[in-house]
Amino acid sequence: MTDPVIIVGASMGGLRVAEALRRAGYTGPITAFGDEPYPPYNRPPLSKEVLASDVSLEAVQFPQRDATADVNWVLNTRIERTDLASNSLTDEHGHSHTFSALIIATGIRSKRAEWANPVMTGRHAVRSLDDAIALRAALNPGTKVVVYGAGFIGCETAATARKLGCDVTIVAPGVEPIARYLGLDFAQWIRAAHDAHGVQFRMQSRIDNTIGDDRITGVVLDDGSTLECDVLIEAIGSIPNVEWLAGNDLDLSDGVLTNTAMQAVRTDGTVVTNVFALGDVARFPNALFDDEPRRVEHWNIPTDTAKRVAEVAAAQLAGSDSVDEIVAKRFAPVPSFWSDQYDIHMLAYGIVGLADRSEMLHNTFDDDEFCVGYYRGDELVGVCGVGMRNVVMGYRAKVGSSA
Amino acid sequence: MTIKIDVDMTKCQHYGQCVFEAPDVFRLNSDDKLEYVAEVDDSERGNVEAAIDICPMQAIFIVD
Ligand SMILES: Cc1cc2nc3c(=O)[nH]c(=O)nc-3n(C[C@H](O)[C@H](O)[C@H](O)COP(=O)(O)OP(=O)(O)OC[C@H]3O[C@@H](n4cnc5c(N)ncnc54)[C@H](O)[C@@H]3O)c2cc1C
Ligand code: SF4
Repeated sequence: MTDPVIIVGASMGGLRVAEALRRAGYTGPITAFGDEPYPPYNRPPLSKEVLASDVSLEAVQFPQRDATADVNWVLNTRIERTDLASNSLTDEHGHSHTFSALIIATGIRSKRAEWANPVMTGRHAVRSLDDAIALRAALNPGTKVVVYGAGFIGCETAATARKLGCDVTIVAPGVEPIARYLGLDFAQWIRAAHDAHGVQFRMQSRIDNTIGDDRITGVVLDDGSTLECDVLIEAIGSIPNVEWLAGNDLDLSDGVLTNTAMQAVRTDGTVVTNVFALGDVARFPNALFDDEPRRVEHWNIPTDTAKRVAEVAAAQLAGSDSVDEIVAKRFAPVPSFWSDQYDIHMLAYGIVGLADRSEMLHNTFDDDEFCVGYYRGDELVGVCGVGMRNVVMGYRAKVGSSA
Repeated sequence: MTIKIDVDMTKCQHYGQCVFEAPDVFRLNSDDKLEYVAEVDDSERGNVEAAIDICPMQAIFIVD
């Protein structure tokens, strides 16, 4: 029997690549390992509407298609080790599995802070369905919540907790929420929206320790002051899940480094042609911007990179003569992103973080709706709007070009 | 052959991601609200499936 294509990570990226492999004509066996107990589900609602209402698998599970009905999903099973020299993996039960091609779709996990006080009860993160179920159970009207971190997930979770009637304080080291990403003016506008909804801020502050014996009762900030809380939500960034790939000379310095065909690259720069990475864990060059590899934690990336992996892998596995041609094809997906906080709907395209300046393109920060362009020199590297979707969408095709 | 499309308008947040995948089926009107053709030729199936995949709210369905 031929060895299967093995996908590690049974989330959106894993599902999308299985579908794309079938669409690209690969008919051989596919096995997908996932360490969560659930089939692939949609994460963004976990900090937004699902957290506010009904946190259940039914509310977030991806529909599965007939074309992937024969994929062997092995859930609740973590892959522990990889030996690329023998094309084999070892799972947490000590079983080994050989593959024809390996697809790395293990995503990222929430970074957790380390404090001297070891209390854990009452500390939460928001990455998985189990995280969201646990958090939802802890959020009740009047619950005192501290959100540590003012990125998108921190701000969305704060907004949702507020909607649920909690007292919410955001503590973060930056000057304004999401400022590093959106720029100071936009960030001030977002902060004003949170202020209007009664969220408190302790910006330019770090949490030095927690207070509490069995459960958390508060936090100590770096200026020595304390904040009472029943729930602490840590939203301070993420760590790529790559430990299981160690010892194979892959470049794992920030996720899995790949070439433009999403094939893994070793530390010496050589390519492992039958090992691919996609989604949040992949650090890949995007021809839309330049040849600098980057990880992009945006929702369309698992789908777009999965298609790219599938076209290359399917051609390779079929022994097609056109593999080199397919590998050399330009790969330039437009990252797309959205965020919901209260009744604010933000939509963005490109990589706003690459910009050295921003410019208001439509309306002003005094309006309910506006659209900001982000530039690196003359090149439009991103666009982000509140409301006015037709306008924002009109810029999608211009991302990566000089305006 | 045609396919029937249903969008759960209680879920749809009018993000318009579907518009890029199947522009002949989905569009945002001048109020930025989603409009779509409820029954389209089977030749659109691939595009509609791509729209289903990329819809952030997972609001689009093909009714068979
Ligand atoms: C709360 C939240 C809100 C978000 N909101 C938005 C948004 O509004 N807009 C947007 O564009 N994006 C958003 N995102 C980002 C988006 O959800 C991600 O980009 C997407 O989930 C990435 O998919 P992935 O398949 O690459 O990785 P993941 O979804 O992280 O999947 C990786 C899977 O692999 C499993 N795994 C890890 N290691 C192993 C191992 N060794 N063995 C087996 N299995 C393993 C993990 O448990 C996980 O199930 C949000 C994410 C979160 C968490
Ligand atoms: S992509 Fe989904 S949420 Fe967005 S407009 Fe289309 S159906 Fe609505």
